[in-house]
Amino acid sequence: MIEVVEISRNFGKFQAVNQVSFRVQKKEILGFLGPNGAGKSTTMKMLTGYLQPSSGDASICGYSITKETIKAQAAIGYLPESAPSYGEMKVEEFLRFVGKVRGLNGKRLKFQIEKILEDTSLKTVRNQLIDTLSKGYRQRTCLAQSLLHDPPVLLLDEPTDGLDPNQKHEVRKLISQLKEDRTILVSTHILEEVEAICSRVIILSEGKIVGDGTPEELLSKSTYHNAINLKISVQSNQDAQQILLEIPSVDKVEISSSQDQTLGFVVFAKQGNFILEEVKECLDQNKFKIEEMSVEKGRLDEVFRQMTKVEVP
Amino acid sequence: MSGIIPIFERELYSYFRSPVAYVFIIVFLMASTSCTFFLGGFYDSQQASLEIFFLFHPWLYLFLIPAVGMRLWAEERQARTDELLLTFPIHPFSVVLGKFLAGWIFIGLALLLTFPMIITVNYLGQPDPGPIFTGYLGSFLMAGAYLAISICTSALTKNQVISFVLSVVICLILVLLGWGVLNESLNNLFPVWIADLINQFSFTTHFDAIKRGVIDFADVTYFCSIIGIMLLLNVRIITTSEGR
Repeated sequence: MIEVVEISRNFGKFQAVNQVSFRVQKKEILGFLGPNGAGKSTTMKMLTGYLQPSSGDASICGYSITKETIKAQAAIGYLPESAPSYGEMKVEEFLRFVGKVRGLNGKRLKFQIEKILEDTSLKTVRNQLIDTLSKGYRQRTCLAQSLLHDPPVLLLDEPTDGLDPNQKHEVRKLISQLKEDRTILVSTHILEEVEAICSRVIILSEGKIVGDGTPEELLSKSTYHNAINLKISVQSNQDAQQILLEIPSVDKVEISSSQDQTLGFVVFAKQGNFILEEVKECLDQNKFKIEEMSVEKGRLDEVFRQMTKVEVP
Repeated sequence: MSGIIPIFERELYSYFRSPVAYVFIIVFLMASTSCTFFLGGFYDSQQASLEIFFLFHPWLYLFLIPAVGMRLWAEERQARTDELLLTFPIHPFSVVLGKFLAGWIFIGLALLLTFPMIITVNYLGQPDPGPIFTGYLGSFLMAGAYLAISICTSALTKNQVISFVLSVVICLILVLLGWGVLNESLNNLFPVWIADLINQFSFTTHFDAIKRGVIDFADVTYFCSIIGIMLLLNVRIITTSEGR
């Protein structure tokens, strides 16, 4: 379990992280979301003991990171942002080194290395120099390093950064499998990642928490929440847009596409209410031919932009 | 104190993986012997001792040891692997000590490879083995002090060149403080006790004493304290630095 209490970090006059508090429970994957420079990595570095907090504290599995640093660090598996590793070492050799530093040895070390190589699909490159590997393999080598000691807490800083779509999928699948008996904190600025793996999201902006909830809760804050995507055949667009606007629970109607006789609309609901039936009824009454119709859950990127918008005075 | 051994092993191997190790050993062997024979006039001295051989060590170390030490942290900083190293569940002192020992043993190895000098001097005459033994011991201790300074400056920056220059300058000051020429002018400038005190801070002063065949507690303590202080300072730098 991770518990963070009013942690702050200043670099000179610049406040990178400002009084951030949160908790992550077991079996939870918390997504740390925010634009570049929001303080995600700085917070992670403080949780691993790499950076000292200017004030506040955090505990990992009950151990304070500032007072019982080594015990807390033993419970953490950490993948730093740039996925660093020693290029002049071979993959397996690097893992053995990390294992030994972490106090693993003998059969257990051997077993863990085999298991991790399998889990991260690195078996084929185990005897290759890390410097000669592609970005994706290097990223996974560093991820493997963080899993070696079977840590109860995982801190992954942009784990899918720079990977191709297939590799991203693989890594996400692996992270989802890992959550069974672990506490995981993943930082990212890729929104689809949040929807794909996270059970909860914290949005950071300028070092502060500006949003906290499940992905669904955040989506419900979007103006697109429960909006209807619509494609219909019409004679004249003026009619259709006006008719849709006259439905009492509709907030506004935007034209999203127009092709020959087919028109696309986005119908926004007032206060994010569920308006599918009313819209359907209205279309039927006016004898429009519906070609496509779907309800939007909301758009995370829109919520993200709203929450992290930096106000320019 | 766990974790020292794997870190030590990794560092030592990594010297031999790059050309640094071979360049260092070859340059050190060539420079130390040619200084002895050509600059020091080993044959003309008509003495079966290695005093001339050791005479040049402080000057050779001045450039060679910062070259060994400069990569120890700067390289980690550059590759950002320090972020792994310092988040492993081991005390930062273990990391520093592991790195230092790797560099020190490596230099010790280069020093051992000068053994043909011992054979030569034994072939030419009957040298007193005492000063030879203490000379090697003193040289090794002094090398440790140079290295501790070099690792410390290496932790200050991710640029290896800056790290090298900084440590050469610091070591140069420590060598010069005990240099005869400077000593005389210090004696003219300050009262004798101040000049002596400054003199006591120098590598040269303490190494001279040891290489004459006398292992004085004070000289050994001097080198060990330089090493200790520099390693502790190093821990302080890596745990508080914001330059990352």
